[in-house]
Amino acid sequence: MLSYILRRILSTLPVMGIVALFVFSLLYIAPGDPAAVIAGDQASPADVERIRQSLGLDRPFLVQFSSWLWDILHGNLGTSIFTNLPVAKMIAQRIEPTLSLMAITLVLTILVAVPLGVLAAWKAGSWIDRTIMAFAVFAFSLPVFVVGYVLAYVFALQFEWLPVQGYTPLSNGVWPWFQNLILPALALGSVYIALIARITRASMLEVLQQDYVRTARAKGLDQRSILFIHALKNAAVPIVTVIGIGIALLIGGAVVTESVFAIPGLGRLTIDAILRRDYPVIQGIVLLFSFLYVLVNLMVDVTYTLVDPRIRY
Amino acid sequence: MDRRTLLKGFAGVGSLAATGGLSMPALSQGAAARTLRFVPQANLANFDPIWGTQYVVRNAAAMVWDTLYGVDATLQPQRQMIESEETSDDGLVWTFRLRPGLKFHDGEPVLSKDVVASLTRWSARDPMGLMLKALQNELVAVDDRTFKWSLKAPYPKMLLALGKNSTPIAFIMPERLAQTDPFKQIPDYIGSGPMKFAKSEWVPGAKAVFEKFADYAPRQEKASWLAGGKQMLIDRIEWVVIPDPATAAAALQNGEVDWWENPITDLVPSLKKNRNINVDIADPLGNIGSFRMNHLHPPFNDVKARRAVLTALSQEDYMRALVGDEPALWKPLPGFFTPDTPLYSEAGGEILKGKRDLTAAKKLLAESGYSGQPVTCLVAQDQPITKAFGDVTADLLKQMGMNVDFVATDWGTVGSRRAQKTPPGQGGWQVFHTWHAGADCVNPAVYNAVRGTGDKAWFGWPTSEAVEKEVTAWFGAKNLDEEKAAVGRLNKAALEDVVYAPTGFFLSYTAWRKNVSGITKGPLPFFWGVSKTA
Repeated sequence: MLSYILRRILSTLPVMGIVALFVFSLLYIAPGDPAAVIAGDQASPADVERIRQSLGLDRPFLVQFSSWLWDILHGNLGTSIFTNLPVAKMIAQRIEPTLSLMAITLVLTILVAVPLGVLAAWKAGSWIDRTIMAFAVFAFSLPVFVVGYVLAYVFALQFEWLPVQGYTPLSNGVWPWFQNLILPALALGSVYIALIARITRASMLEVLQQDYVRTARAKGLDQRSILFIHALKNAAVPIVTVIGIGIALLIGGAVVTESVFAIPGLGRLTIDAILRRDYPVIQGIVLLFSFLYVLVNLMVDVTYTLVDPRIRY
Repeated sequence: MDRRTLLKGFAGVGSLAATGGLSMPALSQGAAARTLRFVPQANLANFDPIWGTQYVVRNAAAMVWDTLYGVDATLQPQRQMIESEETSDDGLVWTFRLRPGLKFHDGEPVLSKDVVASLTRWSARDPMGLMLKALQNELVAVDDRTFKWSLKAPYPKMLLALGKNSTPIAFIMPERLAQTDPFKQIPDYIGSGPMKFAKSEWVPGAKAVFEKFADYAPRQEKASWLAGGKQMLIDRIEWVVIPDPATAAAALQNGEVDWWENPITDLVPSLKKNRNINVDIADPLGNIGSFRMNHLHPPFNDVKARRAVLTALSQEDYMRALVGDEPALWKPLPGFFTPDTPLYSEAGGEILKGKRDLTAAKKLLAESGYSGQPVTCLVAQDQPITKAFGDVTADLLKQMGMNVDFVATDWGTVGSRRAQKTPPGQGGWQVFHTWHAGADCVNPAVYNAVRGTGDKAWFGWPTSEAVEKEVTAWFGAKNLDEEKAAVGRLNKAALEDVVYAPTGFFLSYTAWRKNVSGITKGPLPFFWGVSKTA
């Protein structure tokens, strides 16, 4: 197993290299110019050109790429064109809110979606099943920003229970930290709760038809043991797979959620960097996200072995 | 239902909610009253006001760096860091003396050598500075508090150049920072202004913090824009970046922030309904909308095609697309200069007045030789102003019989593509939109967009010898009457050559909670004199 994990981690290197080349090329050919943004609307074309030269953006593609790659190989993600701060520092400033949001969303999703899916499968065809599936379709259909606005209106403006925006670091206390993340996590999680509840239901329905479940029932095992010990464990592989994919999708969802709730996370950093054409920041974040994605896939593969002893690496 | 409608509805209903509550940060009552939380117009992504000339950078920089002179609410430059100045009889030598006791935030005194280095860097980037540099014999420190600027020819607008509020402002930095290449960023943010920049707390895109500078020595005069005594009544100012307007509106209503610089017009009615919020016009100098045509390529390389646009263009259409049905927020602008300022002129403005004449426009267009080739119109969709203008323009050009190639894109792309002089089919363009702060359109010196210097002119590269002749006349004017006459002729020439098409004059709002007082109208948010109760 350990050698498998090491092999997988090593195999990420060429993937990261391809991602790096792809992102760099894409940004190089994409329209837009950070020098024009820096110079401001009143600057002359000559000023814009001078700034472009000072940033080294007038150099040939290969020179720029090799210079950037050399820095990356030395552990240097570069410096933001705009803030003049190291990209690594900017990512470090922003990673806690995003990871916090993703963690809470994930926990919330699993705690709500899996029991709902199991319940829907158990009561398949009943009004409970139909209600849960109707909720799933509804939640799946609503854009994150709509859910976000509605939640903020109800719980922040109407009831005044929670703040509208912002983020409090965990070091300032668990409750202030959690308080700022409840609404964003609910908004971001709604789609994933719906998705995972549906997958759980489908997977459970298939497993509940199996002979060993019928045998368990015939032996007189109680429903809870059948559902959560025997059936759920065997239905877990597709659920874990979707949860893994969901983590990757959360990265995309975080971009919108962080904008709506003004959370200073990586999602907003990404948007800001793209709009300004802050190339080193975009490249740094994409590399980080692709690494996270590979890592999550690895974790999913390892989790398979825990839920299904037949799977061995 | 589109996103904008939803957003408006959300904020509208939100205005009915009571304020306060759990969302306030854990600050004591006293600390809360000494901290002002401000939502700026944009993210403070960099903080070098010479290298990056965006308005948001200038607005933050005005707290941290002081100026030799400052323009007041009457648009007159007043002494700020300067104690006295002398001009030689021939107007060629200016000798300035600094006020005593000026200090930088690192405790070092402000010396003449710092001023010389700062002005040298500034003059490499600023249009007025470039003119000064072209006239310069030498700029030298005479002693610690005295410096001298010798010129080859008189420059009557010297004090305006040093005190103007258009970007880049002539901020004074320590020599070690000011010696940085003007096309590269300064490595640190040390000024001598009333607030210090808390670099360690800066999270670009989220937060910027400014703390009161205890050793700042304000002037004794009453503050007026960038002039007078910059008395800070707040110990700490937090700039909270909230990109979503509906969230910013909700945060203001909920008491999570104190002042929102530029609420969008759609949300203002709901803010006005909230008993805890004041809403008022932010800047009486407002903004001037711009429909910019490329003078290098057909059809707008022919003045007849440009005049055709002016003949058909309805400023009311543009303004209503932007500000809706609030007549107080806009006015027609048959010219290029900011209304209600001394040099405002409507000379030659008849072409923009009265009933719009589509038939005459079509005739002019035909005379220009236009024969249906695509007209590339760059429209930044991420800026509400350019989005609104672009939609109106597309409709206008189609009505005139033009084949519009509507390029919906973002501002970053427009910023890059508009610099392309190549033909539209090869990456160039024919039309883009922008707007100019009224403060930048009060005189020709700070107004790049109205110049007609051809290849060296602003994007669109208009050539107009008549305009340039009057710019020179304005610089040489000896009194206000001469200035007005020159600008009147300039306005007429710029309309005849159609340097660009003004789409109207518009104002915007600012909003703040009622426990904040001392907010003044002006071209940038002035934090001196602002106070807050818990």
